[in-house]
Amino acid sequence: MVELTIDGVRTIALEGTTVLEAATEMGIIIPTLCYHPALSPYGACRVCIVEVVKGNRSSLEASCTLPVEDGQVILTNSEKVRKTRELIVELLLASCPNSKTLQDMAANMGINKVRFKIKDRGCILCGLCVRYCKEQMKSGGIGFIGRGTSRRVATAFDVTPEECRNCGGCEWICPVCERACTAGNLIDGVCGGCQNLIPVETCPVCTGCSESVGPQGHKVY
Amino acid sequence: MKSDCEKVAAIVIKYGGNHDSLISILQDIQSEYHFLPEDALRAVASQLDLPLIQVYGVATFFKAFSLKQRGEHMVSVCLGTACHVRRAPAVLDEVKRQLGIEPGETTEDMRFSLETVNCLGACALGPILVVDGKYHGQMSPGKIKKALRKGKRNPEG
Repeated sequence: MVELTIDGVRTIALEGTTVLEAATEMGIIIPTLCYHPALSPYGACRVCIVEVVKGNRSSLEASCTLPVEDGQVILTNSEKVRKTRELIVELLLASCPNSKTLQDMAANMGINKVRFKIKDRGCILCGLCVRYCKEQMKSGGIGFIGRGTSRRVATAFDVTPEECRNCGGCEWICPVCERACTAGNLIDGVCGGCQNLIPVETCPVCTGCSESVGPQGHKVY
Repeated sequence: MKSDCEKVAAIVIKYGGNHDSLISILQDIQSEYHFLPEDALRAVASQLDLPLIQVYGVATFFKAFSLKQRGEHMVSVCLGTACHVRRAPAVLDEVKRQLGIEPGETTEDMRFSLETVNCLGACALGPILVVDGKYHGQMSPGKIKKALRKGKRNPEG
């Protein structure tokens, strides 16, 4: 057991667990995108960043891959975290403006403008589909090919692999394919629509006191 | 080009059929065939008991691996900063003219493949032309014919 402080509250967590898990246990919601409880942590999207305070310094780390340590001091919703997280979501939106998951996240964070040039790639390389295929279906039909700016999710030689069982899990888990934003025209890269029209699910672990969910209210990201 | 399954199998066995040796195996296959044939990748995947996409992902990740068939002789022109200021673009133009291909292409008789590299780490020798791993330094458009002659069976052609 290790003892750590998250948002000023002392807590204990099992050794080997991550900061994200410890925070969720406490009812603190950290927005995540590439994290899925049934899949191995990947740390690709960086949406779940938290501030780790070490003396007078602090660093930003992805909480989904950060193991808990004794005496760790974590801030999940500091100014620095919020600003960086907004920037990250803007960057993700710039490469994938038609994702409802991302648009909802942006609306929840109060982002009203994407400052970057929008280049729709239709994929944010979160690796959810790749991990789902490999870990849950034990198949490994899809994976990443290429590198750098030409990195993309594909099948080998662009043919349907023998391993594929047509389960459709890769599409189901994809934050872009399954939940496409249907807003016709985006203004400054954001639609900002659905969040105001459709009531969102209320937070399942809400303790009614967490600041992490922000002034917009308790919402599931 | 069909790859010889026995050759591929022998290479995999040489590395003990170990997953960690995937890159070494692919390097050996590449030096055997000058590129990575599709059926060789399939054979490696099945022998190492890896998903094909993992082998394919590694093969597409590294620039050193080629999935396109390449010629017998590999010609690389360095276009790094030091070579560039010493007129490497003129060298490249001359190589392109003599071989009649663009970088990334292979001549029709499957003898030469041309590629550009960003730096070979031998800037003092620039501009550099590499033919089959042999470095030809201080290259000028006039010296190219001689450097390429090795790969041509009939020098006048």
